[in-house]
Order: sequence, then C-alpha cells, then structure tokens
Amino acid sequence: MKKELKCHVGIGPEVKGVALVADDNFSARYDLDRINGVFSRPQHKLYGKSYKDVILVLNTAKGGVATAWMLYEMASRKIAPKAILFNNANTILAQGAALAKMAMVDRFEDGDVTKLIKTADHLIVCPDEGKVVIC
Amino acid sequence: MQLNDEEKAMLAGDFGPAVKWAMEHQLQVGRMFDAKDMVAVSQAHMMADPESLGEAGVAFTEKLAENDTRVRIPMITDPRGVDLECYEPIGQTEIMAELERRFIAACKKMGITMTNTCINYQTIMPPVFGDHVAFGDTGVVIYSNSVCGARSNFEGGPSALAAGLTGRTPRYGLHLDKNRRSTKRYQVAEEPQDLMDWGVLGATIGRMAGSYWEVPLIEGLEKTPSSDQLKHFGAAMASYGSVPLFHIVGVTPECQKLDDMDFIDLEITSVDVEATSDLKKPFTAAGEIVDVVVFAAPQLSIIEMAELAALCSGRHRSDATDVIVCTSAQVYGDAVAMGYVDKIEAFGGRILVGTCFYQQYAREIGEANGWKRLLSNSAKIVNILGGYGYQPALSSMEACIASAEKGRIV
Repeated sequence: MKKELKCHVGIGPEVKGVALVADDNFSARYDLDRINGVFSRPQHKLYGKSYKDVILVLNTAKGGVATAWMLYEMASRKIAPKAILFNNANTILAQGAALAKMAMVDRFEDGDVTKLIKTADHLIVCPDEGKVVIC
Repeated sequence: MQLNDEEKAMLAGDFGPAVKWAMEHQLQVGRMFDAKDMVAVSQAHMMADPESLGEAGVAFTEKLAENDTRVRIPMITDPRGVDLECYEPIGQTEIMAELERRFIAACKKMGITMTNTCINYQTIMPPVFGDHVAFGDTGVVIYSNSVCGARSNFEGGPSALAAGLTGRTPRYGLHLDKNRRSTKRYQVAEEPQDLMDWGVLGATIGRMAGSYWEVPLIEGLEKTPSSDQLKHFGAAMASYGSVPLFHIVGVTPECQKLDDMDFIDLEITSVDVEATSDLKKPFTAAGEIVDVVVFAAPQLSIIEMAELAALCSGRHRSDATDVIVCTSAQVYGDAVAMGYVDKIEAFGGRILVGTCFYQQYAREIGEANGWKRLLSNSAKIVNILGGYGYQPALSSMEACIASAEKGRIV
C-alpha cells in the first residue's frame, strides 16, 4: 500500500528510485569515493555501498562547502544519487542540488525520515509538492 | 520571494545570461529555506578547488565568464587545489594543473581577486559587525559570524559566485536575527591550552550540536582566546557539526553577557575531559611510523608560522616522514622576510602557498607519495581525511615536529 510523507518544498525534479537509508550524516568530500561511486569513509554506516542512481535517505549534512560543486561534478559523470532526503539539509546541500538539478527535500512532518523509510523501499520524490511517496 | 525592479531585471536576463543564472539559482535556494526577499552583501568569498569542480565545474565557470560577465562586489577566493609553483614534486599531474589554470583565468576574467585563502578574516578584509556577506569555506563563515558578528550562511562555490554576480543573497538562515540566538548551552570543564586543544574542543561541541541550525552558547572559558585559537575552534566545530555560528560569553560580540541571550529554558551540557578524550581517541597512534605531517586547515597565520619555525630550528625531519605546511600568499611574504620559511625548509618541510592540503587531490597525492599515516595538529583535517584513504592522527604542533624528527608518533 502506498504511503505519502509530507515534507518541506525542496529542490529539483520529480524522480522515482530505490532508497538507501542510514541514520548518518553526509558530505561528498568527507564520505565518498566519487570516482568509483561508493561511500569510502570507514566510519560511515553506508561504507562500501554504491550511491549511484539510488535515493539516499540520511540525517543531515556535515561540514564542508565542497559538496556544492561536487554534486554537480558527480551528476555530470552520471555517478550520482537520483535524490537525497534529509531530516535537515544544510545550505550547502541545497545549493549543490540546485546546480546539479538533483532532487532534494527535508523536514518531514511525521518524524525521522531515516526511520520512516527503509532501504530498498521504492520511492517517488516530488520536491515541488513537498512530498515523498513510498510505493 | 519579493524582488525589487533591479532583481526582476536580473531574472529577466537584462544583465546577461550569467546574472540570470545566478538569480534563478538564488531563488531556488531561497524557496527551500523560506526566504522572503534578497539582502545586499558587501563581499563574496568562493571555495572552488579543481578536485571539487572537475571538468564540469570548470567548464561551467568558463561559460559564465563569457560575454564580459563581471562580479558586482569585491569577491575573493578560498585556497586553490594546485600550487602552480610546486605541483609535480607532491605528485599532482599536468591535468590537475591545467584545470586549475583554466579556472583561475575564468575567475580573473570576471574580476574575482585570487586571494586563495581561508584566513581572509586575518589577512584580507575582515567583515564588520552586522555586515551581510556571502562567504564560502565553513571555517571562514563560522569565524566571521561568531567573532566578527557578520552575517553569512555557508555559501558553497556556486552560491558564492551567484552572490558575486548579483550582489545579494536570499535572506534566510544566519541573515535573520531569529536564527542567531543560542539553541544549546555548553559548560566547558577544562581550559584548552594549545591550538590542537582548541580544535578538539570545537570539534566536540560541533559533534554534540550536530546541525547547521543549532547555535552553541559556550560558558566556562576563563581566558580570552586568540584569533588563531578561535580559528581552530570554529573550523573544527563547523567541520564536525556543520555549525555556522557560536557565542562565547564575554568574548564574541553578540553575547557580551549572559543577559544578551534569550536562553532561559536551555539545558546546560557539560563538555568534560571524557568528551574531549573520546573525540581524540580514534586519532591516537603513539609509536606508529608517520608518513606525513601536515600543518593546514586552516592555513597558517604568521604567528603560527613563527611558532613552527622556532620548533623546526636546528632540527631535521626523518627521511621517512614528509612535512607539508600550507599558508596563504599574504602570510608567506612576511614569513620569508622574517626567516621563518628558511627555518621550516631547513627542517625539511615543504611550504605550499595558496592551497590547503585536503583541497588538493588528497587521495591522489597520498597514493603518489605513499602517505597513509598522517599526523596533524588540526582537528578539522583529521576529520576530513579518513574518507580519502588516510589513517589520520592528532597531536600538538610541538609533538608533530618531534614526531617528524623521529619518524614515529611520539
């Protein structure tokens, strides 16, 4: 049965994809091997996992402004997530999503998004409407 | 968002395609954070190293620079990723250097001043109290907000560039009074001593706060910290917690006394020795061979260069351990004049100018030089480099030099 999650209006196009979820934070510089498209920071809960073409569901952003350029660079090589969902995005992630034309939403009304969505859930992300559908 | 006539004209393309892109970009970001209008900014500071930019980012910037595009406000740059005077010796390639050259050319064409520094608040033109700015580099933003009382969000490279082109930024986040009030109180149990301690304290509080939207209020510090101490404190806090603003009672301008803050219901969290020790624990590696000792993140001030030169004097590093020092061009000139550069180089250190270690293809230069075990006094850099394949460790500046001399972490 479909379930609809309301969130704040976000950035980027409507996308469909499969969720990869962790109660952890995110920085493209700190956490990723962007050449090979995997999480490379040993302490990250998604260490070793590929982020290519998935919908990442994470808690919030880490420090570092580089992610703004990096999302664009990753998208240009088509080794990028389809969308990123956060409990709370920071400004850098939003700015990067805007440049990369990547879907991004945050601030979910029903609570912690890393618990509301499970890895392998099929999702439709609608940033303009501020909603995510679990199919 | 409400736009004035000039902003509407920018959006319509009357000022050219680059400014039109910039305004469209800013409106998207402003909408996500509920900005009601734009605010004029006096300066912009852009982070953009070639590793982050890649071919796509450089080509994007070159495209913007076409058609006589010029920035409308003073705009400066964060450290570069390639020291064009010294890139082959550290294992960087001609491809990396060429990307850097192309990006610099595009920036200069737009009238951007290539200061290449993350300590502009110490060396270029610090923002003043209440000054709205569009700064990149989290360390620059947290220092400018907290110590100077300026107002900036974390502006990633594209957004800083957009602000340079339009002369404004969406009014959200730290541009608003309501987001500058403390949200959490921290009582510090032990006074930090050296720069590493200040970084560890900032990192610990940053990790506890854990969000861009939290503003720590810090109590319990007895001495007024120096600019360098607050530099390491803020840079580490921003790195671990994505925190853009803190207040220290009696030190920072927006909290000269406790009454300045509306925090009546805030619970006090103790930042005790156990908390700071817990943060340091993963970065402890006494006795192990050290491949490279790095002083960077943030770039060293002239005071740090003096301290480092004094520690290096009359000693030499082990053949097994490289030493890298990153500073700005503004500091480097003075460091040459004072003889600090000679002393650091006589020790066997390599000084890179206008770069910062983690921003210069850290993975590739690590692999090229066989650097795995890295030692630094920067809590920020050890947090970053784990994802780049390093085994980072943390020590004081004094212990870093002693370790470099022995080839093992003391």
